[in-house]
Amino acid sequence: MSGQTIIETIDLKKIYGMGDASVAALNGVSLQIKQGEFVAIIGPSGSGKSTLMHILGCLSRPTEGRYILDNQDVSELDNKQLAAIRNQKIGFVFQAYNLLPRTTALKNVMLPLTYDRADHKTPQESEKMAREMLEKVGLGNRIDHEPQELSGGQQQRVAIARALINNPVLLIADEPTGNLDSHSGTEIMNLLDEIHQQGATIVVVTHDPVVASHTQRTIALRDGQVEKITHNGKSHPQTGEPE
Amino acid sequence: MKPTEAIQIAWEAINKNKIRSLLTMLGIIIGVAAVIMVISISAGTEATISDQITSLGSNLIFVTANFGRGGPEAFRGSNSGGLVFSDAQAIADQVNGVSGVTVEQGATETIKANNVTLTDVSILGTTPDFPTVRDMTIASGRYFTQEELDRKQKVAVLGYSLATSLFGDTDPVGQYVTVGTTRLVVIGVMEKRGSVGGTDFDARLYTPITVVFQKFTPSQFARFLGDRVRLIYVKIDDPKQMESVVQQITLLLAKRHNVSTDNLDFSITTQQDIISTQESTTAAFRSLLAWVAGVSLLVGGIGIMNIMLVSVTERTREIGIRQSVGATAEDIRIQFLAEALLISIVGGLIGLVVGLVGSWLFGALSSMRTVIVPSSILLAFGSAATVGIFFGYYPANKAAQLDPIEALRYE
Repeated sequence: MSGQTIIETIDLKKIYGMGDASVAALNGVSLQIKQGEFVAIIGPSGSGKSTLMHILGCLSRPTEGRYILDNQDVSELDNKQLAAIRNQKIGFVFQAYNLLPRTTALKNVMLPLTYDRADHKTPQESEKMAREMLEKVGLGNRIDHEPQELSGGQQQRVAIARALINNPVLLIADEPTGNLDSHSGTEIMNLLDEIHQQGATIVVVTHDPVVASHTQRTIALRDGQVEKITHNGKSHPQTGEPE
Repeated sequence: MKPTEAIQIAWEAINKNKIRSLLTMLGIIIGVAAVIMVISISAGTEATISDQITSLGSNLIFVTANFGRGGPEAFRGSNSGGLVFSDAQAIADQVNGVSGVTVEQGATETIKANNVTLTDVSILGTTPDFPTVRDMTIASGRYFTQEELDRKQKVAVLGYSLATSLFGDTDPVGQYVTVGTTRLVVIGVMEKRGSVGGTDFDARLYTPITVVFQKFTPSQFARFLGDRVRLIYVKIDDPKQMESVVQQITLLLAKRHNVSTDNLDFSITTQQDIISTQESTTAAFRSLLAWVAGVSLLVGGIGIMNIMLVSVTERTREIGIRQSVGATAEDIRIQFLAEALLISIVGGLIGLVVGLVGSWLFGALSSMRTVIVPSSILLAFGSAATVGIFFGYYPANKAAQLDPIEALRYE
């Protein structure tokens, strides 16, 4: 199980603009992430970490190179196919939570199920799943609260529940603690740890060394390329082997 | 995403912005209400006019004098330039297929009887054929005869309500009424006919036209005209004979007036002519109203587009969130289209209620009649929905084509 590669990128390039004015946000990134890994992508602003996250999250396509997600080459899928991949294989956690305003926690968590074409659930099934997921992130008593009635940490928990509802193969967290105080931030990181312990593959994009320290491996980007890969000495949850 | 879910999401979005949604609907509400009211008013007017035409009696031909030439020419010669009372008699005697001929000469007088005085009562001088031609029946007593007409007998037949106002429950037949300064004996009372097209048939007094010529002709000018009449009503036996009768009357009157058939001093109008004129007038009126209604719906539609564009911009981040969890362009497009459609349909429903209540109120509070036309409801509703889809498409498409990354970054 530990050997199974869930993400593989081969010489990934993302180039904005044309000709002389073109800028390479990613300039040949090749990396592999295995099933069940907890990886941080760090780098200064302009290093290309956001661009890499967008490609890994199937929000955009690479200009060149290949991206294989869960044994499927997704580098040349059309928008509709990418939407389906995002729906079924990827869960996003954003810095700004990105919950629908004036919509209850329950409905927010149910949102990805609405767009699930492959396995469409009845409203009753969806609601049951969303309730369970909210209980799992410790918000069983906040199901009918709207985002503005929740603290930042609670909102981020709702976002995590939403990201997990479709049982994704990859959880992508973009500065998940960026808008939180240190206490809430630690709680969220502990929650991510817990989810990781249960077998999820998590990529967290951050510039915060504390956040990165929770992960097993840190991939440092600079100028659109991988600068350094650091193993953080944490053991793999399933195998117990050092990575 | 299933259509029911799209509608549910759209409904929630509308509910979250109640005031704005209502304001957006306003254009559609006004448009739909206008369509329904305007159609009901025009249908009411049409119904009134059609009643009026029917009230003239069926199978009628109208012979009218052409006074258009005016000046001395109008009075040249004995018979030229107008219709005279004896023309009516001639038509009755010499034209085949005619079941009745009548002429009218109106006047307004004060009537006294039984200690009751009524001012400004309409007096109608007619001929014995009048009840036949105008489809009226006698309730009690009788109508006057040709002999009474010829002898200018001072007799009167009362309309139903006039009889009641003057004599109450007692039988007026045999009693006297004083019209102006002339005493007339009541010989009959008409059956109740009602008021049609502004003419109250029941409030009039009917008397031989010769009596009106002699006693009640209102002005010196009219007195000078003598037994000239403006209009002769001819009733025919069978509508199939219409053409033949029109032709016979034309030839007869041309001969009597000593004019050529190319240059007649009278016109003949059949009921069919009146109906066709009426129809073309109403058609023109209708198309004008259709344009007005169309413009108001168009303005309503632009309103929807405007608000939907604002809404798309405002909700850019929401669109990004939906895209990030797997919404396709199609999902987003359907969501916003459903919202536009729902706004216009709800607006259409409110407009429908406003239009129906408005039509009813308008009919109840004004003298104009309104008739709710069921097809107008469908029309108004259908156009509201069409407007919603048409003007909702552009904003919905704009929303669908947003780039998820840009949309998520939007503040």
